[in-house]
Amino acid sequence: MPRAFKMLTFQAATLATAGLMMSTVAAMSRAAPAPAAAKVEIANFTFKAPVTTVKAGTTVTWTNADDIPHTVVSKDGLFKSKVLDTGDRFTFTFAKAGQFGYFCSLHPHMTGTIVVKA
Amino acid sequence: MLDDMDGDRRGFLKCMAWAGTGALFAFNGGVGSSIGLDAALAAPVKHSAAAPFTFAQISDSHIGFNKPPNADARATFREAIAKVKALPHRPDFVIHTGDVSQLSRDEEFDDAEQMLKELGLPVFFVPGEHDMLDPDGGKAFLSRFGKGSMGAGWYSFEHRGVHFVALVNVADLKPGGMGNLGAEQLKWLKADLATCSSSTPIVVFAHIPLWTVYADWGWGTDDSAEALKLLARFGSVTVLNGHIHQITQKVEGKIAFHTARSTAFPQPAPGTAPSPGPLKVPAGQLHGMLGITDAIFVRGHDRIALIDSTLV
Repeated sequence: MPRAFKMLTFQAATLATAGLMMSTVAAMSRAAPAPAAAKVEIANFTFKAPVTTVKAGTTVTWTNADDIPHTVVSKDGLFKSKVLDTGDRFTFTFAKAGQFGYFCSLHPHMTGTIVVKA
Repeated sequence: MLDDMDGDRRGFLKCMAWAGTGALFAFNGGVGSSIGLDAALAAPVKHSAAAPFTFAQISDSHIGFNKPPNADARATFREAIAKVKALPHRPDFVIHTGDVSQLSRDEEFDDAEQMLKELGLPVFFVPGEHDMLDPDGGKAFLSRFGKGSMGAGWYSFEHRGVHFVALVNVADLKPGGMGNLGAEQLKWLKADLATCSSSTPIVVFAHIPLWTVYADWGWGTDDSAEALKLLARFGSVTVLNGHIHQITQKVEGKIAFHTARSTAFPQPAPGTAPSPGPLKVPAGQLHGMLGITDAIFVRGHDRIALIDSTLV
């Protein structure tokens, strides 16, 4: 069954090549990981997902969906958005692990936390 | 002047009048009764040595707001100013209890200032949280409307025997909290009130209510109890606020609390909506939910009447 053998050999070679390609892709993504992203919507005077857990290096984007302006201000001074009118966004990248509380400086009863895991 | 008044004053603010859309509610020792607005306005003023005076309150003009239910907050502010000008008695001055602007932009402050000039009257301001949004956290407002004020914009003045106190409870707000006066302002308030006799009528104005209207929406001031303690010895205290874009009132001891309508958009009654965002009423209903407040002080009459009227 020389033909069948040849086909098997060919398939094995193809699989080996595919495997090699996949490992190359994996190596490439390790070298330049796709940036991690998370979103927090601001609606009805609340931060939707009041606690958001992300990995270190994640960029979090807040979007104001209310008719009233809000801000996103870190409790410990790490970040502070300018005023966000309807549809405006604010982003911040969390490099280090920890818990980061924040609030709206206009409506301080609005609070949230970003939990960053290493 | 104070002596004239003291001789005739009874111990505390006896009668607090307040009207919605045409009905006037008179509060006598905290017990409400109502009479027709027209009758109240026509009621003869008791003669006293000094002439009565009035001042008007406008609030929450949100110049720059342009979303439902009001595409043009400038236009409704202009109507409110016309309403003040049309009052049967010319007010001595006007107070604006904050949120002059929507986003603290120069053009918003400037438009408000230009429109208010049409009144030809002194205007006394306190900032709302919407007036603190410039990069310097309120300096744009203070440089225009808070000249001569202290701290974040507080001050006091005398007018015909009545002591007016302007407080700021929108600066340096704390996470999870409501409005905030802060230790520095409370210290100033204590010293300021120490100069007044207990029989001096006091009018306090600030943006966010100085009593808790609804904590879930932040409609109150965390440390207002300390301010109210300082006011407790006075026989007549009237507290005028804005922020919640609707009329609420309460009489507690000798202190009468009142919030004014907005000139821009109404907000829902506490807890009646998922959020305190603008109440999106049909166009035909909007003007009936916006308005001004006219405060009538009659010396020797122990009465400050607060008459709210809508833009309709």
